Parts: sequence; C-alpha cells; structure tokens
Amino acid sequence: MKFVKIDEKQWAEGIGKLKSGYRVFGPVKEGKDHEFRELTGDASPDMAFSNTRLSPKSVVYPQSEVMFEYTTDESRPDHHILKEPRRDDTPRAVIGIRPCDALSFLLVRRNFDSPEYKDPYWLRNYEATTFVGYGCNDPCATCFCTSAGSAPHDTQGLDALVVDRDGGYAAKAITEKGEALMKAAGWTDAMDEAEAEALFADRAAAAEKKITRQVATDKLAEKPSMDLYDAPFWEDVAFSCINCGTCTYLCPTCWCFDIQDECRGCEGVRTRNWDSCMAPLFTAHGSGHNPRGEKVQRVRQRFMHKLKYYVDKYGEGIQCVGCGRCVRSCPVNIDIRKVCDMMNAYDPEAANDCACPTT
Amino acid sequence: MTAPARQLDENRGDIMQNPYRPYPVRIDEIITETEDKNLKTFKFVFIDPEDEKRFAYLPGQFAELSVAGKGEIPIGIASSPTEKGFVKFTVNKVGLVSSHLHAMKAGDVMGIRGPLGHPYPWEALKGKNVVIIGGGFAFTTLRSSIIYMLEHRDQFGQINVIYGARTPGMLLYVDELKAWEARDDIGMHITVDGAKDPDWKYNVGFVPTITEQKAPPADENTYAIICGPPIMIKFTQPVLDKLGYGHDRIIMSLENRMKCGIGMCGRCNIGKDFVCKDGPVFTLAQLNGMPKEY
Ligand SMILES: Cc1cc2nc3c(=O)[nH]c(=O)nc-3n(C[C@H](O)[C@H](O)[C@H](O)COP(=O)(O)OP(=O)(O)OC[C@H]3O[C@@H](n4cnc5c(N)ncnc54)[C@H](O)[C@@H]3O)c2cc1C
Ligand code: SF4
Ligand code: SF4
Ligand code: FES
Repeated sequence: MKFVKIDEKQWAEGIGKLKSGYRVFGPVKEGKDHEFRELTGDASPDMAFSNTRLSPKSVVYPQSEVMFEYTTDESRPDHHILKEPRRDDTPRAVIGIRPCDALSFLLVRRNFDSPEYKDPYWLRNYEATTFVGYGCNDPCATCFCTSAGSAPHDTQGLDALVVDRDGGYAAKAITEKGEALMKAAGWTDAMDEAEAEALFADRAAAAEKKITRQVATDKLAEKPSMDLYDAPFWEDVAFSCINCGTCTYLCPTCWCFDIQDECRGCEGVRTRNWDSCMAPLFTAHGSGHNPRGEKVQRVRQRFMHKLKYYVDKYGEGIQCVGCGRCVRSCPVNIDIRKVCDMMNAYDPEAANDCACPTT
Repeated sequence: MTAPARQLDENRGDIMQNPYRPYPVRIDEIITETEDKNLKTFKFVFIDPEDEKRFAYLPGQFAELSVAGKGEIPIGIASSPTEKGFVKFTVNKVGLVSSHLHAMKAGDVMGIRGPLGHPYPWEALKGKNVVIIGGGFAFTTLRSSIIYMLEHRDQFGQINVIYGARTPGMLLYVDELKAWEARDDIGMHITVDGAKDPDWKYNVGFVPTITEQKAPPADENTYAIICGPPIMIKFTQPVLDKLGYGHDRIIMSLENRMKCGIGMCGRCNIGKDFVCKDGPVFTLAQLNGMPKEY
C-alpha cells in the first residue's frame, strides 16, 4: 500500500480519525493569511493555501517552551532544584506541510542533534511528529526551492506526500511512520501503481516549471569566508533594514533562542524562546560591550550564517530551503536571493567600492 | 513493525541526558576578593557526590552558574581539577545574575552546568615553557592553570606568571600569589598600575610593560596564555610580537555573550565557530583568520 486515493469524504473522516491518536496540526486561515495551528474539535485543515505566513517550525520548536520547573520556597525539600516538566508524548501529525518546510527540519536538526550534544526538547518533539506533505501546484513568485536543495514535491523531509487528484487526493507513503498514519486515518484505498507514479510525476514537473527564480550557490563553499565578510556590499544590503527581526521569526531554518527564568511567587520556570540575531541585545555583554552592535554587522551575520558559515560547517548546502517567506514579508524588500547571488559572484580582485544594486 | 528511519530509540541514553540540566550544588563558602567588593569567589560542593565525577574538567573550561529564578551565567572555572571536593568560581558583579549571586550566602542551593568548552591545550603544553599573562579579574582560569601545573610540575619547563591589577587591593587570590612568589619553581611577576602602599614590594607598571621586561624570550618551546581586558590584550600583543612569539604560540580565551553553552542557541559565534563549543580557547593564529566579533 504505497499509493492510495482519498476522496473528499475519506479525507475529512481521516482527519477526524487521526485526532484520536495524534495531535493534528494543519493550515487554517487567520485574517488574510494561513498559519499552522493545532486542529482541535472538528476543525479541519484548509488546503486552499499557498503557504503559511509563519513557518510550521513551532510544531516541533514552540516560540516559547518550558525547559524546567522549580520552586524557590525554602520550606520545600527540593527548593531551587530544576526538574523537567512532564512532557506531552502524544504523537503529532502535521497535515499539509509544504515540502520545503519539511526539509527545513533536516537542516535544523544538524544544529540540535550534534555529535557532542543532543537537544532533548527539539529531538523529542521532532521524533513524535509525522510530516504529511502537500505537493505545491502553484508556487509563489518568491519561491526558489529548486535551487535551495528542495522542490515543490520534494520528499526528503516527509513521511507521506499528498497531491491533488480529481475528486480528492492521492497519497504516497514515504516512511513507515507515514504508512502508519495513513492506516490510522483509514486511507487505504490502494491506487494503481503506474497511474499513481504518473500522477505524482506530472504534478511535480508542472509545479517545478513554474518556479522561475533560481539562486546561484555553487561558488559559496570555495570563497574564503573573510573575503565575503569584508565584501563592500554589506553596508548597502543593510542600509534600509530596520532590524525588525521578521525575517528570522518566520524563517523555517532559523533556530536561535534565548533562555529566561520566570517566577510567579515561589513557582518558577526556565523557558527558551525564539531569539533573533537581528536584535542588538542578542550579543550585548553585561559590560555594555557589543561585538555586533552595528546593524550592518547583524545583517551580515544573518546572511553569512545562512549562506557561508552553515555551508562551511556542514558541507550540506545553504541554510535556506527557498520558501521565500523572508522575501515576501520584509518591510523594506531585502531579498536573500539577490544577496546570495551577490555573494556567490563576489570576487575581491574585481571588486571596487561602487555600490552593488541590492533591491 | 520496525522503527521508521527517522525515529530514535526513546531510551537512547544521550537523549535522556539533558545537557541543559545543572548539577545541584550548595554554596560552601563565599570569599570577597577585592577592596571594591565587586569580586567574590564562590566555593561549591556537589549535593550528589557522584556529580563531582561527572563534572570532570581541565583548566580553561567554564560552566554555567545557574540560579533558579534568575538565570544562568558562563563563568570560567577557577579551581583546579587537582583540588578535590569542591569547585570554585570568581564572579564580577555586573548585571542580573551576577548581582544576585553576590547577595547569596553560604548554604544556599543552586546549580552548575558543565564543564563546557575546550580547556587550554594541555597536551601541546606538555614539556613546554609557559608564560601566563593576566590582567584584572580574568585571572580565574589562570589560577586553575597555575595550580594544575604546579601539581604536575615535572611535566612543564619554565613557568612564568605576569599578573596585574589596578591596585594591590584589586588583586585576586592574594594569599596564593604570595605563596607562589616564595617558590623557586615559578617566576611570579605581580604588578599594579599604582600603589599608595609604601610597603608594596612587587612591580609597578602596566602588564604590557612588565611583559616586555619579564617575559622569557620566544622560542618554539614557549607558549603564552593571555587573558585580560581587551585594552590589556591590545597592548600586550605587540609586545609579544616584538619578543618574537609566534601567533600559534599565543593562546587566548574569549568571552562572548552566551546562553546555551553547547553550540545551539546561536549567539556566541565568531564566523562559523562558537566561542562556547569550539572555544573559548583559541590561538592568536586562529583568531587572525576570524571576524573580529568579540
Ligand atoms: C567563557 C566565559 C567565561 C567567563 N568567565 C568569567 C569569570 O570567570 N568571572 C566573571 O566575573 N565573569 C566571567 N564571564 C563574564 C560573565 O559571563 C558575565 O559578566 C555575566 O554573564 C553577566 O551576567 P549578568 O546576568 O550579571 O549580567 P546581565 O547584563 O544582566 O546579563 C544577562 C545575561 O546575558 C548574558 N551575558 C551578559 N554578559 C555576558 C558576557 N560578558 N559573557 C557571556 N554572557 C553574558 C548572560 O547569559 C546573562 O545572564 C565569562 C564569560 C564567558 C563567556
Ligand atoms: S525583515 Fe527585512 S527589515 Fe526586518 S530585520 Fe529582516 S531584513 Fe531587516
Ligand atoms: S532564509 Fe528566507 S527563503 Fe530561506 S528558508 Fe528562511 S525564510 Fe525561507
Ligand atoms: S552560547 Fe549558545 S551557541 Fe554558544
């Protein structure tokens, strides 16, 4: 049962059935945008979306997450001792995640699952999650997944892939986790293999053809890091940035966080919260000294991290899946695609001090 | 059904071991080190004696001091692994967590998380001459190193220490400094910027100047470990250059703002390296090829 067909009714029933074994997340419309939300009650995913405004990273990596609990009440024997909170082990399912967003978890995993240290919060949530992708038919104008290691029907990060089909969907199990989910949903109506292969291939090819923007990344690895760091274009790239941090919060591949303690009376928690390299406080020392105190240093950090440091550290390409969110939502139209091309083409020998166009 | 490829074994030890969980400790003693009372040394004892073994460290490493309700701060380990039964840290009063620590008392319970980062390169330093150059309160991991080297005295060549503070009252670990000064197997060159005390019998002058006068000549077998405020480092480096120290023989320890201490939260990076996980110890030769973001 690798391929199944799912009609509208089976789809709706399946989502309902899943809720008894999984916490189900899916796209829902909020205001003029879609967001991934937990689908409680009889809520169902709204599949008529291009992509969500925020990435689905919060399913695995909540914006704020309790790491430890403690009491500061000295009459209690365990006062000031940190304890892990009881965690919710219920399997999670994300229905309708776009393939690029699913791939982002594999990129981010390199950070949280290192040879030396494992981040138990991220990993447990990740392992508990089944990713059911939804192949794109109409990529946005800002998408460039095909030159960022992904594709509109890329299955690298997925457990199952769903595509549109007359009168409903066709689904393909990619991992056993995905297969188990399809069974749990009752999506077991086998599809002729050849017919299914053709449908999936056609859909993928049609969508890929619609992606017109590519970025060039082939030369990033070979450029000396300090050449790119010292390149003359950073002032220009950063000029209009207002350091709002939007680009980092909505990016599926941004993972930086802060750790904070919070108490109410004697009961306290240590939480971790998304943070942004765009904020001056991110690197400010207690003494007031700040190694990235200038806006241009922070903008450079964001792009250098994604397009050079990550490339050098892991040798697995750029830290970007080409979802286009940062391009779409930046209030001043800073465009990672242009920066990437500029970095890839940069030659310090040929460079002079003239401003390179950035927007 | 076999486990899907992406699934990890729930009971896998490395996941269950939470790298963010501090070992509970009790404050055993607090020593006010300096006349301005801004520097205090905290001696901690592990509540579970097994944790002391888990916290096996070498000089140059640091730990996160964790105060429930306030947060965590990265602090260099000031004790030496040769000192058993406790660990020591010297903390400057700066902001939220460090000020709270200064208000705590012996007997209080808190946590330490570590050891974190790389130590000084002790394997490479074996059999070599070592000159330690320290300024201000950055002397903490240097204390650890001196005690460690004196305990393993036969493993090192000449040991010289140049350590300066603004005034005699601002020097850390004064009793130990005096005891080292009295030994003949370590060259101590203590200095202050200025001393009103007529009985001050050591050097007067800035660290770079004293370094120029007292540091042994450079050779392949001599390493300098230097820790201090940026201004001291800035003026000491040209002196070491003049003395002919190779940049791969100059070892430094950096301090960037930190949270996780394990290379995950993303804030302490310099280029592709994390000060917490890949440092905090770097040679000057390494730093020369990295952005100046420290
Ligand atoms: C590897 C390393 C070793 C250090 N060793 C020592 C030492 O032996 N003695 C000592 O007094 N100080 C040391 N510091 C500096 C010390 O960590 C800061 O002074 C301290 O974090 C300030 O925290 P705060 O809460 O009092 O200040 P706040 O300004 O309230 O800081 C808030 C938070 O920001 C972070 N932070 C702020 N400044 C720094 C900083 N300079 N470095 C790292 N994180 C910072 C901490 O997470 C801190 O909790 C070291 C720093 C590093 C990175
Ligand atoms: S979204 Fe645009 S303006 Fe805002 S921080 Fe990012 S690059 Fe700067
Ligand atoms: S950097 Fe921009 S395009 Fe790339 S993954 Fe992040 S939000 Fe998407
Ligand atoms: S302190 Fe978090 S990455 Fe170094």
